[in-house]
Amino acid sequence: MPGRRRSGAAAGFPIMAAALAARLWLWAALLVLAAAVYEDQVGKFDWRQQYVGKLKFASLECAPGSKKIVVATEENVIAALNSRTGAILWRHVDKGTPEGAIDAMLLHGQDALTISNGGRILRSWETNIGGLNWEMSLESGSFQMASLVGLQDVVKYVAVLKKTTLTLHYLSNGHQKWVEQLPKSESVHYQMVYSYGTGVMWVLGVVPNSHVNIVKFHVEDGEMVQQVRVSAPWLKSLSGICAVVGKAVLVCPDPGTRSLFTLALETEEEMKRTPLQALELEFGQGFQPWILPTQPNPSGASRSQFFLQLAPSHFALLQHRPEGLSMLRNFPQTALVSFGTSGEKTVAAVMTCRTETQKGGSVEEAPAKTPSDKSNSQEALVCTNQTYTINLYLAETGRRLLDTSITFSLEQNGTRPEQLYIQAFLKKDDSVGYRALVQTDDHLLLFLQQLAGKMLLWSREESLAEVVSLEMVDLPLTGAQAELEGEFGKKADGLLGMFLKRLSSQLILLQAWTAHLWKMFYDARKPRSQIRNEINIDNLARDEFNLQKMVVMVTASGKLFGIESSSGTILWKQYLPNIQPDSSFKLMVQRTTAHFPHPPQCTLLVKDKKTGRSSLYVFNPIFGKWSQVAPPVLKRPILQALLLPIMDQDYAKAMLLIDDEYKVTAFPASRNVLRQLQEIAPSIFFYLVDSEQGRLAGFRLRKDLTTELSWELTIPPEVQRIVTVKGKRTSEHVHSQGRVMGDRSVLYKSLNPNLLAVVTESTDLHHERTFIGIYLIDGVTGRIIHSSVQKKAKGPVHLVHSENWVVYQYWNTKARRNEFTVLELYEGTEQYNATAFSSLDRPQLPQVLQQSYIFPSSISAMEATITERGITSRHLLIGLPSGAILSLPKALLDPRRPEIPTEQSREENLIPYSPDVQIHAERFINYNQTISRMRGIYTAPSGLESTCLVVAYGLDIYQTRVYPSKQFDVLKDDYDYVLISSVLFGLVFATMITKRLAQVKLLNRAWR
Amino acid sequence: MAAPWFLFLLLAAPDAIQGSGCRANARGAGAEGCGPTGLLLEHSFETDDSVHFRKRGSLTWNVQDGTITLTQRQLTEDERGRLRDVAALHGLYRVRVPRKPGTAEGLAAAGYVSSFVPACSLVESHLSDRLTLHVDVAGNVVGLSVVTEPGGCRGHEVEEVDLELFNTTVQLQPPLTAPGPETAAFIERLEMEQAQKAKNPQEQKSFFAKYWHLILGGAVFLTAMRPARGPAPSPEA
Repeated sequence: MPGRRRSGAAAGFPIMAAALAARLWLWAALLVLAAAVYEDQVGKFDWRQQYVGKLKFASLECAPGSKKIVVATEENVIAALNSRTGAILWRHVDKGTPEGAIDAMLLHGQDALTISNGGRILRSWETNIGGLNWEMSLESGSFQMASLVGLQDVVKYVAVLKKTTLTLHYLSNGHQKWVEQLPKSESVHYQMVYSYGTGVMWVLGVVPNSHVNIVKFHVEDGEMVQQVRVSAPWLKSLSGICAVVGKAVLVCPDPGTRSLFTLALETEEEMKRTPLQALELEFGQGFQPWILPTQPNPSGASRSQFFLQLAPSHFALLQHRPEGLSMLRNFPQTALVSFGTSGEKTVAAVMTCRTETQKGGSVEEAPAKTPSDKSNSQEALVCTNQTYTINLYLAETGRRLLDTSITFSLEQNGTRPEQLYIQAFLKKDDSVGYRALVQTDDHLLLFLQQLAGKMLLWSREESLAEVVSLEMVDLPLTGAQAELEGEFGKKADGLLGMFLKRLSSQLILLQAWTAHLWKMFYDARKPRSQIRNEINIDNLARDEFNLQKMVVMVTASGKLFGIESSSGTILWKQYLPNIQPDSSFKLMVQRTTAHFPHPPQCTLLVKDKKTGRSSLYVFNPIFGKWSQVAPPVLKRPILQALLLPIMDQDYAKAMLLIDDEYKVTAFPASRNVLRQLQEIAPSIFFYLVDSEQGRLAGFRLRKDLTTELSWELTIPPEVQRIVTVKGKRTSEHVHSQGRVMGDRSVLYKSLNPNLLAVVTESTDLHHERTFIGIYLIDGVTGRIIHSSVQKKAKGPVHLVHSENWVVYQYWNTKARRNEFTVLELYEGTEQYNATAFSSLDRPQLPQVLQQSYIFPSSISAMEATITERGITSRHLLIGLPSGAILSLPKALLDPRRPEIPTEQSREENLIPYSPDVQIHAERFINYNQTISRMRGIYTAPSGLESTCLVVAYGLDIYQTRVYPSKQFDVLKDDYDYVLISSVLFGLVFATMITKRLAQVKLLNRAWR
Repeated sequence: MAAPWFLFLLLAAPDAIQGSGCRANARGAGAEGCGPTGLLLEHSFETDDSVHFRKRGSLTWNVQDGTITLTQRQLTEDERGRLRDVAALHGLYRVRVPRKPGTAEGLAAAGYVSSFVPACSLVESHLSDRLTLHVDVAGNVVGLSVVTEPGGCRGHEVEEVDLELFNTTVQLQPPLTAPGPETAAFIERLEMEQAQKAKNPQEQKSFFAKYWHLILGGAVFLTAMRPARGPAPSPEA
């Protein structure tokens, strides 16, 4: 909501007449603090990118000629994508917990049906606008399968199969038509339901290693018509393995007997065995083969053709006929297959590696490799140059269709396509064309179509829906600036040489300046909207105020991104293969951009949570290139990594990695670093937290890079468990050492850089006895500075720790509301040792002030703003579950807010205490650009003291700038340059005239 | 501080309350019963930076009234010398107490909590230190803090006699209760303000009552203006 107020007050509050009533005063103070954007500023400094997550289900075949793809994802999102651009047409985000998980998605005409929450909720969506047609809650029961049911060419119902029941619902309104209990459901696992428009439907269940139970129902009244028991002692499970093809023929592969079993559900009562040898095929070792059928229309029979996957990279297209199974085509060395239907034609899309033998489009070209090449067919297909080809085959005959190959290559090494969906359509000349949606294992979505020589229509980086860690890095200097810098860096080579070098660099600067002027002149003639500076990796350069930065994002899938912060353009990507899904990441900036000509350097520590194995990756954050520097090989799990302020000769900060034997590895391990480490080893302390044992321990580094235990605390895990440990940001600057109080004395802040805030939650969750504990611990000495418990409170606790304060938020179980508590630490009116801080020399405990407030909403993320020098007042950025980010002045969370305002507290600009902190919509920094399922907020200082850069991430990514004390160091956009310069010129002119007049007057007087 | 602390203990483990008001350890981990319990205080300072804990004294923790006292012996001649050596080498002076009460060696399994100060600061403070034993809401030992008074190493010379006796303050520190939002006081203040408003009749007057003189003055002014303009066109008429 763009506001319309741009009040000019800088930091702090206006001075109010003391006579005003306290309440009025409070409101006035609040109003001045409010900030918002103008309507014309929308999108100028901020951007938002929306994602849907990794695909679970997708449907391209919506309606003929429709331009959308309906997807349901692992992030519990159902959305429609524009198939021309890849933009999100609409999106619905369900709960992030397993309650929102989507179990099945079916498409019928304009409607999409989803079943979520373990089969509890059935919803129907209108796919054009994304509206909800209807929603039904279903009986609980473990969900097995859902299927559309047609009757005489009309699809009217949806069948939902659960463990014990089968229900039929109307598609038009979701009402239940009938519900039937399934016979012997305690022993039979019912897993499949099938119908093909004949008025009956089959439910297939299996008793593992015994038999298959087939129950036949009437669609109209739900009457159980028939129940057949077919012996199948080799079968363990139906779903994902067997399938129904043709006119109700069940096909099951059995790797034990190396054969396929078929059973016509209507007529037969015994499985018919077809040995694979008869089809000249063989299963891969240890691979569970499965069947991929296709049923183009739920009210018609399935195709009798189906795919059988024999090995990770081996498929075969088979056909079932009354007389038996036959092979249509063998597809060895194939990555993925899929079916598509257009009109009467059903086609099969097959993705293979691109082979060089496809010349002249020969029709019956056999793929390059033979099935005897077993060593390769045992594992999933990896193409040498990451280039894949999709070809289309006619399903009926297995004949390859001419001119249907789409070739695409994946940028990232080590990625593989995982899912393939196709949409076939008939072209004007009655040939079949198609579009393909490919998802790779780094969560990249590619949409491909053979269109005027171009293959790729669009791509989406869905891994950005799961950002786990991010850092902002300054952009490098421009070439000209770098040239000047280089002059100072190099060794002197003679007076003349230096002079010439200076001349040449000045020339380069002049050239750059004229080019800049020319560009400005050229751009001035164009309309404003057309001036769009294309940002690419070659013209990356720092701007005057360092507002543009590189955002390095690490995603859960192991993909790294370099995103330019002002536009959101992805400038580079890197994929780390073999990252386990549940790994933890720590990203550190070892060398910033400030040390030209050394490139900046980022280090990513990845730790697999299960095995504890850690690995280190070093890269250049600007260009995304792996660094030449070889990271140390980590043999043992790493418990802690810390960056030290000491630097190597090449200005890389030294990093210490502590393994589970408490040995320390230094990186870079150059002689220079090791020497410096030896010198300062006795003053390097670090801490480790074992939240399972509740143990916090401090260690001191020895000269030989071993460690010794220096302190130890135990928070008994049977009473409370540690949930968060947070230190302060090392990059933080605190400008003011104290606060001036009303009586002109100074209250000094206690600024201990080694302070840790530890939050615990009680194990007893009874609402009367539950509590959260806050410990403030000095990380060097292990001294508990402060410990308090918040009674009748429970998590999740969000905590911000900065300067001399800690703010945390929790749920009050007694009053049933969210509350904030703020802790501030002060040394008192005298400073102990003002020149240097040492944790070892602080005999006095700081004074701890605290105050609590009611907050009307729960929160999903919290962070404090940070600026270059810490002069600007601080705000808390609070991510609300609604997706808004509230910018709350820290002054509202100040334990010195007086309950009864006095003369002194007014002098100090303290707002009188009120127990509630209100949410004002004009304090939302992201107006209507909500961020779904926000997980974190990252703040970074810019070159301007007033400005703080903010990135919020969750399912969406949002970047903006905030000005906690207004833009006191920037002229406004609408600053009137004309007026000020005309006044200036006018004054100069007037001075000249009056001077002349005065001279004349003086002369006249002299003549008198 | 002591009294509410004990009350909370009773609330936290009501099933463990016995007739006499004593408390058996609900966690079943040890011999914490009625009356005072003993905790062994050990210290370690070695010139080669190794860790070798020796007895320094014993803490007597009276669970019922939440007080703690320390009895300790003085340093031997040998120990004084070693402490000086360690201080010269910038070594650490460590202290520890077991997490569970009792003095038996078998309690090592339950673990210790430990802390340190630079040995030099202990020497320069003439062995005056302050020990704080932190406990959690259920009465378990969480941590031990030690600081010397005055802190820091400034390289002062210390006489031998100053290193004979510890001058120690011990303190038991249970967690404080963090305050909740103060709604009652706020409402009281609001009510007080309202009452004050009610008392002050000036603020209760209606709009006309407050500004009648301005309105009257305006009306008079307007009527005074009208005749001045009125006669102007009359000569023509």
